[in-house]
Amino acid sequence: MAIEILPTTARPTERTRISGLRCRGCGRAEPIGLSYVCAACFGPLEVEYDYAAAGRTLTRASIAERAPGMWRYFELLPVEAPPARGLPVGSTPLLAADRLAPALGLERLWIKDDTRNPSLSFKDRAVAVAAARAVGFGVEALACASTGNLAGATAAAAAALGLPAYVFIPADLEPAKVDHALAYGATVVPIEGTYDDVNRLCLELADETGWGFVNVNLRPFYAEGSKTLAFEIAESLGWRSPDVVVAPVASGAMFTRIARGFDELAEVGLIERRPIRFVGGQAAGCAPVATAWAAGTDVIEPVRNPDTIVRSLAIGNPADGRYCVALADASGGSIEAIDDLATAAAIRDVARLEGIYPETAGGVTLAAAAAARRRGVIRAGDEVVALLTGNGLKTPDARTLGAGNPVAAAGRPGLAPAIGPSLAAFERWMGGAA
Amino acid sequence: MSTVRIPPTLRASIGGAKQVEVTGATVREIVAGLVATYPALGAQLLAGDGELNRFVNAFLNDTDVRHLQALDTPVAEEDTLVLLPAMAGG
Repeated sequence: MAIEILPTTARPTERTRISGLRCRGCGRAEPIGLSYVCAACFGPLEVEYDYAAAGRTLTRASIAERAPGMWRYFELLPVEAPPARGLPVGSTPLLAADRLAPALGLERLWIKDDTRNPSLSFKDRAVAVAAARAVGFGVEALACASTGNLAGATAAAAAALGLPAYVFIPADLEPAKVDHALAYGATVVPIEGTYDDVNRLCLELADETGWGFVNVNLRPFYAEGSKTLAFEIAESLGWRSPDVVVAPVASGAMFTRIARGFDELAEVGLIERRPIRFVGGQAAGCAPVATAWAAGTDVIEPVRNPDTIVRSLAIGNPADGRYCVALADASGGSIEAIDDLATAAAIRDVARLEGIYPETAGGVTLAAAAAARRRGVIRAGDEVVALLTGNGLKTPDARTLGAGNPVAAAGRPGLAPAIGPSLAAFERWMGGAA
Repeated sequence: MSTVRIPPTLRASIGGAKQVEVTGATVREIVAGLVATYPALGAQLLAGDGELNRFVNAFLNDTDVRHLQALDTPVAEEDTLVLLPAMAGG
């Protein structure tokens, strides 16, 4: 993906727009910096904005004049101005999924197709913000702990900025994701263990290396990038929110930030504040948040050994899990646990019915929408937006789970047998199959 | 004495050291020993009920103690306890 020099028609607003960092646990304020943990209570730090200041320049009219991409909404992101260098992230389409909807028991379904970002997942959004800040902080390298999608996103962003990238992954990750990060020139460090082992190591490393770990010491900024999914959905719908949003839950950061994104749009007056039900999807083989939600508790029991094809959601110890449970409950939504066969079937369905090929988390999301409909959380006539957050080429083996890979009969889907390059051979095969 | 590795956020409370040696037979005793020696850590590590604050994860020899016996997990002299913020996301 070529580097794009982003237009700078939008002027930086005054510094007061970004108020600083604030602890989500105890509310203590900290200045903007490479800090991510509250010094008083160990809680996570979040960026705080002055919405009145943000709303002065962020209007429907001003946004309409800006170039496509996630920086259209920069006043609600923790940067002073759109960065001068970076990959063209965001402004992905919201597509009416009229053919898939009935298969899921839905009437009105939109797909937010985030399979087509620069590194083929929504993680480009989070990394773009983290990278923009990392440059300002003067870090020596970008790094991350990844279940796969973040590896590619971090490696690609580092390549575009000319920074070294160190990507830490579970050693048994899908080969396509590993190769993707390698292609961008990253140093890939496979760790023997689960994602949670990788994450623990990176928490220790972040403090010792001086590197910018996008999802550790840059996390307050990183997490904000996912809000742009909400901003784009609202803009695509003509500046309004849908009835239901369905999204995958791994750490829970994206799920909760989408809600925050819609909330902020209402705060600055870009949309009317309407109730939105939030439905999360987890893989049954690693569903600590869905399990807690079903049990009616916000105490997340970590999963030690995830067992699922959905590697991108295989976080056994999700930091934002309790906030996901709270969001699902407060909004009238749910957190659904989806078995791998249903995930694979949903990938096949959306690919053959809509022409969109998501990775495993997308299958989980669509199956979660169907499950929430069966549960009654999604009701007849609801307008539903489902987020497909990564590309199926990253998880090529998942699609065929439970379906085999049948040899096609003539005119039927599947892989045809090899035949000679002659008209006669083709006619023989067509005739034989008919 | 067992080793406790201290993350930077907590080092100010213990005079800047990266790790300290603490005596205790369980994770609970180790944490209590730490707080007894460095009282400022109490507010950072402990909730009102004496359990670990919900934002703190403890790892004994790199295993989350919640996968073991939580605060009652036995600790041997050669063991290393690491205290880290609860934070994950890939």
